[in-house]
Amino acid sequence: MSSEIVLDIHTSVSGLHDAHHSHDGHEHHHHETFISKYVFSMDHKMIAKQFLITGMFWAVLGGLMSVLFRLQLGYPDSTFPWLEDILGKWAKGGHITPEAYYALVTTHGTVLVFFVLTAGLSGTFANFLIPLQVGARDMASPFMNMLSFWFFFIAGIVMLSSIFVETGPFSGGWTAYPPLSALGDASPGSKTGMDLWIVSMALFVVSSLLGGLNYIATVLNMRTKGMSMTRLPLTIWALFFTAVLGVLSFPVLFSGFILLIFDRNFGTSFYLSDIFVNGAGALPNEGGSAILYQHLFWFLGHPEVYIILLPAMGMVSEILSTNSRKPIFGYMAMIGSMFAIAILAFLVWAHHMFVTGLNPFLGSIFVLLTLLIAVPSAIKVFNWLTTLWRGNIRFTPAMMFAIGFVSLFISGGLTGIWLGNSALDIHLHDTYFVIAHFHIVMGVASMFGMFAGIYHWFPKMYGRFLNNTLGYVHFWITIIGAYLIFWPMHYEGLAGMPRRYYDYSIWESFKQFGDLNRFISTVAMIVFATQILFLANFFYSIFKGRKLRSANPWGSNTLEWTTPIRPGHGNWPGEIPEVYRWAYDYGKDGHDFISQTTPVGADESVH
Amino acid sequence: MTMYLVIAVVILFFVVIFQIAKASEYVAVLKGEKNSKLQSNKINGFLMVAFLVLGLIGVWYCNELFFPKTLFRFGSASVQGEKVDSMLWVTIAVTGSVFIATQILLFWFAFKYQEKPGKKVFYFPHNTNLELLWTVVPAIVLTVLVVIGLRNWFSFTGEAPKDALVVEVTGKQFGWIFRYPGSDNQLGKKYYKNIDNASNSLGLVWDDKMSHDDIVTEQTVYIVKDKPCKFIIGSRDVIHDVGLSQFRMKMDAVPGIPTTMWFTPKYTTKEMQERTGNPNFAYEISCDQMCGNGHYSMKGIIQVVTQSEYDEWIAKQKPYYFTAFPDKDPANSKLATDSTKKVVVSTSFPNTQKGNSKI
Repeated sequence: MSSEIVLDIHTSVSGLHDAHHSHDGHEHHHHETFISKYVFSMDHKMIAKQFLITGMFWAVLGGLMSVLFRLQLGYPDSTFPWLEDILGKWAKGGHITPEAYYALVTTHGTVLVFFVLTAGLSGTFANFLIPLQVGARDMASPFMNMLSFWFFFIAGIVMLSSIFVETGPFSGGWTAYPPLSALGDASPGSKTGMDLWIVSMALFVVSSLLGGLNYIATVLNMRTKGMSMTRLPLTIWALFFTAVLGVLSFPVLFSGFILLIFDRNFGTSFYLSDIFVNGAGALPNEGGSAILYQHLFWFLGHPEVYIILLPAMGMVSEILSTNSRKPIFGYMAMIGSMFAIAILAFLVWAHHMFVTGLNPFLGSIFVLLTLLIAVPSAIKVFNWLTTLWRGNIRFTPAMMFAIGFVSLFISGGLTGIWLGNSALDIHLHDTYFVIAHFHIVMGVASMFGMFAGIYHWFPKMYGRFLNNTLGYVHFWITIIGAYLIFWPMHYEGLAGMPRRYYDYSIWESFKQFGDLNRFISTVAMIVFATQILFLANFFYSIFKGRKLRSANPWGSNTLEWTTPIRPGHGNWPGEIPEVYRWAYDYGKDGHDFISQTTPVGADESVH
Repeated sequence: MTMYLVIAVVILFFVVIFQIAKASEYVAVLKGEKNSKLQSNKINGFLMVAFLVLGLIGVWYCNELFFPKTLFRFGSASVQGEKVDSMLWVTIAVTGSVFIATQILLFWFAFKYQEKPGKKVFYFPHNTNLELLWTVVPAIVLTVLVVIGLRNWFSFTGEAPKDALVVEVTGKQFGWIFRYPGSDNQLGKKYYKNIDNASNSLGLVWDDKMSHDDIVTEQTVYIVKDKPCKFIIGSRDVIHDVGLSQFRMKMDAVPGIPTTMWFTPKYTTKEMQERTGNPNFAYEISCDQMCGNGHYSMKGIIQVVTQSEYDEWIAKQKPYYFTAFPDKDPANSKLATDSTKKVVVSTSFPNTQKGNSKI
């Protein structure tokens, strides 16, 4: 509060207009009701927190689901009577049924990919950081922004409700390939559960489009004076590319879903042909192509991977630079590589379909384009490493998670070179190798990016710090656990062990990994418990954390740290500051850091 | 009971950690923020190197433990799979060395350049030569990998040799149906609306004479060692996938769109049992595409046998036609005299005229 007062004095001195403005902002503050401040808020900072906490809810639920199905994989012969207490008929006799297992796997995937790592990650940080870091009072359309959150919220409610229908939630895998997803007779989960799944996803697409258009408009039009595109922090570039990817690819997914709805309910044959289902007999549908759906799905599905990863990359770049007290190495190359990734993201979708009977020539083009992504990825990794080189590194919890992100991105990215090469993919496709690959590079790495972001910007969000010691415990257990869980899975995949199996004991080729599965499941439970520790830290620190004393605790250059400790709606009480330089002048000419708002001095060295 | 005990212990453990963490914050305030920050910085810097060293040892140890459990020590069981394996070794060499080098740099830098009071950082915003270096080198290495990969890809997906043994593989929830072309070496037509689980599991079109000698089996397929084998793959209901981990092959089974896969087995099942020392060894077909609640149990068996064993086995198989029409079977011809049955059967396939050319 004290700094706000100081700023108030400052503004009233600097001019009548400014004082008037700040007074305005103050008055506005008083009229806010609980509903307008915390529920139907149009303040981008509050919406960001809404996204974050809703995302946390889903992360816990999705994580818990993975613990439940890991119980089955790790201990296929044991019974857990308490499971029947919570799951009822889905765990008869203390044993998760195949129906429940597949429902858990599917919901885990859908929830983590869309609700946590898309909405929870870019929803939170695009909302929070874009206006603050470009120097805007709010998003281009605060109302649309509010709608974006509430569409996401309703999508979540619908998804949640699907867990409680009699035939169970959708259970055909998060990719929802037809005909399985189109035919209720082929799988009970494809009945009402699938209808709810599609409705939920459709609402989610609406949410992400509303959000994405807003982010793009804000970045392009609402930058403060002096904030040229090449002075933007890399977080903003990353979030900008993310939004563009989402806006261009989600509608394609939506069209795929529309066709699926028609096939399911109105007797069309877009995806269906030559089908005889046990119990239902031969279907009338002829001439459709089940593969068409996969093209439409992966046209979103692959950019989606980068929608998840890019915000993490952007935040990590920012955090690595800030805490190394050194400029990010190769700023323009970082933008260029993100641009290349964003373009290539649209041109590689069929690498998920190498074994569908795809034309081999077409496949070869996709091999080439897929492996091409390794080039911008390599540039990013080496630039991050060079950023650390000869720095003065402060191991804040955010910095630890950022370093962890780089490690995981390397580990998971390199196995992408295996999978993108179609001849190798034939063997590895749909095995645990794929599970290991995408969990490390997309799942855990992006989670690390998200954690890094939360630890770094928590002081800006709540005016308090998270507990450091808990942060370190959280980091070390999580990174060690993540490697223990996913590294050995590569070996299972090399043996050809398929994904999405309920039980491997009948398989001579795969049952030798029983002990390993038990080990992985145990570690998964420990890691999950550690995340609860993080949540405890989070919610405790909102109310009781160590208070922030200065507005710029990390010694950062970017604009969000020029706002008061607890900024109101509108962010800056006075005029929005003007920007004179890029965001990465750390350690220049002997200065620890030079804020973007500092004019370039006459004797400053030029680089 | 033990469950609640475990939960209680975990909660207790959490509370303890939480309290210690809170206390450490107070200690930090007492000691002065700067000092405690430097101290935790030192500890974490050390842990970074420890993590690197232990991690690399862990990578080695994990390999010791689990590599023997993969199938790689016996090599691929197909000629084509050998190329997959050799490509795998090249890829491991490339990505493995990059992995080790970059992880060492990452954690070593983290340790070496940890905060020291009064240190001046090196202001180093960009360097065109360095950036060019790590754009061009990965691009060249990847080009090599792409060339190797595509050569194999085109050879795997190319036409099967003319003398290949052709077998049709059809997936259904949850099992596999195999069809051999019989003595005429031609698979007869089929049409899915003819499917009838009791007597015509594939919906063969009996009007097509070529279907009359087709042999249909379930769950187990026999193929010949050293002879190229071509699978024509389809599905009756949802998408399945023919996964052959020992042969390093995989192909989706898509309803309505036939796909193909071919490979040359190198060892008979018996030879593999001896080589692996596992008397239960079997070439298993695993379904590798989520196909419903029984997905995990959708197993088929490939029996690789010698040519003479195969000839012996196939000679014993009866065409499927005779399962549908037992009275047409020469072995049953003396018994089957009821001619009215024939009429009923031939009128029970009104769709056969519509039968399309899908094999």
